[in-house]
Amino acid sequence: MSSALVFFSHVSTVPSKAQRELLTLASRFENPTVAIASVPGEEALKVFGSYGIATVLQAENPQASFGTHELSVLDAALQHTDADLVLLENDSFSRELGARIAVRRNAAIVTDVIDVSADLIATKDELAGGYSASVKSATGVLIATVKPNSIEDAPLDCQDSVEVKNLELAAPLVPAVSIVAADQKEASDRPALSEARIVVAGGRGVDGDFSAVEDLADALGAAIGASRAATDAGWISHDAQIGQTGVTVSPQLYISAGISGAIQQKAGMQTSKFIVAVNKDMDAPVFEIADLGIVGDLAKVLPQAAAEIRRRQA
Amino acid sequence: MSDANNTPLTLVVLVKHVPDVQFDRHISQDSLRLDRSESVLSELDEYAVEAALAIVEDNGGFAAGHQVIAATVGPSSSANSVRKALQMGASSGLHLNDDAIAGSDTVATSKALAALVSHVPNVDLVLTGMASTDAETSVIAAQLAERLGFAQLTHAQSVEFDAAQREVTIHREHGDQRLTLKAALPAVLSVTDQANNPRYPNFKGIMAAKKKSIEEVDLAAVGLSAAEVGTEGSTTSVLAADKRPSREAGTIITDSGEAGIALVDFLAEQKLI
Repeated sequence: MSSALVFFSHVSTVPSKAQRELLTLASRFENPTVAIASVPGEEALKVFGSYGIATVLQAENPQASFGTHELSVLDAALQHTDADLVLLENDSFSRELGARIAVRRNAAIVTDVIDVSADLIATKDELAGGYSASVKSATGVLIATVKPNSIEDAPLDCQDSVEVKNLELAAPLVPAVSIVAADQKEASDRPALSEARIVVAGGRGVDGDFSAVEDLADALGAAIGASRAATDAGWISHDAQIGQTGVTVSPQLYISAGISGAIQQKAGMQTSKFIVAVNKDMDAPVFEIADLGIVGDLAKVLPQAAAEIRRRQA
Repeated sequence: MSDANNTPLTLVVLVKHVPDVQFDRHISQDSLRLDRSESVLSELDEYAVEAALAIVEDNGGFAAGHQVIAATVGPSSSANSVRKALQMGASSGLHLNDDAIAGSDTVATSKALAALVSHVPNVDLVLTGMASTDAETSVIAAQLAERLGFAQLTHAQSVEFDAAQREVTIHREHGDQRLTLKAALPAVLSVTDQANNPRYPNFKGIMAAKKKSIEEVDLAAVGLSAAEVGTEGSTTSVLAADKRPSREAGTIITDSGEAGIALVDFLAEQKLI
């Protein structure tokens, strides 16, 4: 049986949904261990315990050089645990850490993973979800970055105590990248786009006004996304862009409003469980992949749906 | 003016020949490899070419002796993507073409690319797109930084290049932060599609590209053996690649005043609310 190491750059007061999915996956293997490139709080440790994590390896981040500390922690944790499965989040920063360590330690790096079997075969998306591939490590160690919404979050029925160890780090070997400035983005109460259960996305058809999209998203507790046309027009922040060069989402429900559904957009959302599309143009390509297609005006359909949801939930 | 300011820059832009995303793309069931006919320059690499050309233009132009070398690893047809970069304005091409490379994963590909970059003397900056539009792993730039011992500046949304200080400053997103990062050369820089607007090759550029040379090298020329790349040099092993059933269109209705209610009915039926 294989032993698993989960790596997080940082954990908030409690682990995020995507992080809990990684903990769930790790709990299926022996000796699940968490390594963090910062110092987690008591509450986070308690959550780790509920997934059967026995050991947490930590090292406070001196914030000296961008990415360097995280790289050192992951490297040291892998050496310390001798794990043959390393699980990371699927964001670009985590992927790059995993990929560098794969080079350094002659390990396999597999991105966009949706599951890992007991014999360490990773299942992953290829060609924007058009294919599903099975990949294993040829060298013994598998480093997998796991897509959010792929593993069902399921804490174990236990509350084990967690042993916390400070990692000893060797002096970093990589050239420094200095952090000149760090600006905090505006905080939002909505779920993070990449891990949201429901996403409502608007495109060219919203014509500069995202209020109907926001209204329906609020009624559903959903995250808000956008097509590139909408972000390029400056109607909404680039962070909301779904597609090949933006965020890839795989929610339970994706509601597409006023988006034609060109290939680059489709690449970012076609692995959603259910797709609902609202568009004035009955020939919009998005209707070819929608479970429910509504030919109509999003400025009428979305508010009506939002009001109906609120009415039923009242 | 410092001496460093007068030193010509050597920029290497990595370009990849990928299947056109506008067509259906296939993975062969015999080789478990991507069908690479109908390939073009990966659209996201155009931003890297543009970033390199902008750096040269901001620092005295090619007349100052700077070089932008468009480099690729791949079969003979891959030279087409190098040619496109030359038409945009890169000064020369470099193509690592060796049958043994086919089937390389990211670890083996970055090994081949690092050897190719090392084949060029005194490289200051290696530029890449944010991802290839085929494998979309988005990890090659980081692996190159690891292998070459260069600073890693990735996913840049904007780039400022200081030739006098020989430093690069970028802006990038990182979780809930926007960061400004700076590193000394040599560095590996990957740029997003927010970084610039790539130019189209004009007639002059297309004509000029015909006179530019593409140096073709094999593995031996860059100091690698066949066993270090390809399937043998890869750390992953692909067991299967199955086409997912395509999504099918479901019910399509036309709004006659009640479609919002129908939408909520659908969500309720599927237990989504």
